[in-house]
Amino acid sequence: MSVNKEFVKFDKVDKSYDGKVLVVKDLQLDIAEGEFITMLGPSGSGKTTCLMMLAGFETPTNGEIYLDGNAISSIPPHKRGIGMVFQNYALFPHMTVYENLAFPLRVRKIPKDEADKKIDKALSMVSLQGFASRMPGQLSGGQQQRVAVARSLVFDPQLVLMDEPLGALDKNLRESMQYEIKHIHESIGVTVVYVTHDQSEALTMSNRIAVFNDGKVQQLSSPDELYEKPVNSFVAEFIGENNTFTGEVSEISGQKCKVKLSNAEIMANPISVKSKGERTKVSLRPERALINPKDKMDNIHNGKIEEVIYHGDHTRVRINLLGNPEFILKVPNSSANLDIKLGNEIKIGWNSEDARALDPK
Amino acid sequence: MSSETKQILTTDGIPLEVSLKKAERKNKIKAFLLVAPLLFFLIITYVFPIGDMLFRSIDDKMVTQMLPKTFKAMETWDGQELPGEEVFAAFHEDFIKLVEDKREGKLSTQLNYTKNGFKSIIKKLRRKSKSFEEGNYKEQIMSVHKRWADVEYWRAIKRRAPEFTSQKYLKGMDMYVNEEGKIVSVEEDRRIHRVLWLRTLEIAFFVTVFCFLMAYPIAHLLATLPMKYSNLLMICVLLPFWTSLLVRTASWMILLQQQGIVNDFFVGIGLVADDNRPEMMYNKTGSYVAMTQILLPFMVLPLYSVMKTISPSLMRAGKSLGGTPFVAFWKVYFPLTIPGIGAGCLLVFILAIGYYITPALVGGASGTLISNQIAFHMKSTLDWSFASAMGLMLLSGVLVIYWLYNKIVGIDNIKLG
Repeated sequence: MSVNKEFVKFDKVDKSYDGKVLVVKDLQLDIAEGEFITMLGPSGSGKTTCLMMLAGFETPTNGEIYLDGNAISSIPPHKRGIGMVFQNYALFPHMTVYENLAFPLRVRKIPKDEADKKIDKALSMVSLQGFASRMPGQLSGGQQQRVAVARSLVFDPQLVLMDEPLGALDKNLRESMQYEIKHIHESIGVTVVYVTHDQSEALTMSNRIAVFNDGKVQQLSSPDELYEKPVNSFVAEFIGENNTFTGEVSEISGQKCKVKLSNAEIMANPISVKSKGERTKVSLRPERALINPKDKMDNIHNGKIEEVIYHGDHTRVRINLLGNPEFILKVPNSSANLDIKLGNEIKIGWNSEDARALDPK
Repeated sequence: MSSETKQILTTDGIPLEVSLKKAERKNKIKAFLLVAPLLFFLIITYVFPIGDMLFRSIDDKMVTQMLPKTFKAMETWDGQELPGEEVFAAFHEDFIKLVEDKREGKLSTQLNYTKNGFKSIIKKLRRKSKSFEEGNYKEQIMSVHKRWADVEYWRAIKRRAPEFTSQKYLKGMDMYVNEEGKIVSVEEDRRIHRVLWLRTLEIAFFVTVFCFLMAYPIAHLLATLPMKYSNLLMICVLLPFWTSLLVRTASWMILLQQQGIVNDFFVGIGLVADDNRPEMMYNKTGSYVAMTQILLPFMVLPLYSVMKTISPSLMRAGKSLGGTPFVAFWKVYFPLTIPGIGAGCLLVFILAIGYYITPALVGGASGTLISNQIAFHMKSTLDWSFASAMGLMLLSGVLVIYWLYNKIVGIDNIKLG
């Protein structure tokens, strides 16, 4: 069976609430069947609006959304058959867990014994057997969350939307729920569109991530590519930690370019710069820079240690390097790095390949 | 008291409970002092007068104290035949004393409540009693007027002997104690109160229903509209509150009268003929329209406060799970608004049941309520005990409704805001 690559298709979708500002601009996005795709972005970036348009609670101002090849703009939400998990779970507080799960089955007029089977299955999927007769108010946040997930899946939708479902949970619970949702996705193969502003959540769960900013998808790619190879400085800064140098391209040749900073020159990988004289922002992941490098690296500079923060498994070191006092290094906690002391001068090195010269924004 | 073996001591050896009380005493006194002005105010202006008023409804000491000797003499009278000379003599003695104090008028009023016809014969007796000779009072009194020779009137006097009476309550239900001491209804054509009670319940019920039907969509709109529009709408809802009740009722009179704006409009669009304008005022319609409008905010506000707390995502969840908008509303939204509905309905019903000014002004004869009757007895007939009896009946009616509501919906479910 071939997988439908365009199971969900946003085709040139624009959305404006007030006729003055476009919240979503010319959105072009294909989602494959069975995929776990995450819309990631800061608040106000248009990601939730996209989800709401897909669910049918908002209508696109322009363009069309296709679900399995059918245009859905004129289909009301209750006929779309899309499961949805809401930000604050949206469990019906006056119904028991069982009744909550039975709601989508009852409106579909599924016979009771069959419905009971489905409810049992859905509850065991989120390991909440025996909770059927509880009221949502008697459950903990994590349990309510699971009920919400079970409810969105109980009627076997092909597509499930999740709108920041883990936002209200504490850190540990959030992490374990991330794995749980991921496992559920893997075991039943449903297509999931997930919205979050938490990048680590997006990185651990998704097949692909669409990074939203300013109503536009900035980059759509797999988590590793997003982290390793951000295409612009917004993505680089939004995902993970980042060291930046702002400067001007002074020389460019193939895979390498020279960037002139205020008081030095560094070698970088030209990603979005094309010619000499362009302004650029060079982005470097903290773990790609090494202290006292033994390999031959094409960038080796001296810096002064300004701050040392102990994190247990690693140490964060803030270094004043090439006029950037916010240069961060993550040093693994091993005996080789014991000479890191406040005020010491140290040598830092990195490969130009990892220093990505991006747009100057 | 807890057993001494379990008593916990503080580090100083004082029992913990004592120490705690001591520590909290100051706060308790402070709290009481803060409440005290209102408490005294309430006791003086509410508890005491209301209690006194309610006591009047069963208090019948007045006649008992005016005719002490008569009632003493009547104790042995069986009530079959006319009483003997000793009763007449005692009555004469009491009556002379009343005349000296100029209180015989009050007696006639009181006895007239029990049986019509006392007023004139007591007046006559006062005039004639001046020339009475000593002895044989029975003959002399009976010769004043033939009613004094009627055993019915003496029975009526005897019925006033007890210090407490339930007759005001019976009268409120159009019932009375007849000559044989049985509780019976008055003749059909003289029943006025039962009709009024039923009409009060009916109008209160329908006003509540109308208020609910109109307030629910408004409250929903208020709760879902963006802030700037909902504030404006809220002001529209509250605006009537800031206008005097009398002014609002009067403006309904302008609107609803036969030559009023509403009728003009109906004639204008050809709904009714100019010479056949419907009467919309001085009848039930007037009461319905004006009371619904005036009580509407009391329904809107509790509903609004409840709807405000219902997350819009619940309706969305209902729809995304496959419920049509109606199913989502009926199964998800509506059940969650029940606390507000309960509060609003209870509030409007209780207010409507005791409504006074509006029905008095626009209700006419067929639109007045029991409260107007109470006011009538307070102001015109000065039968305060009857007015307070009806007031207490109204209050108990409200309490019964409250109790029923608690049984059916549960009072904890109520939410006023």
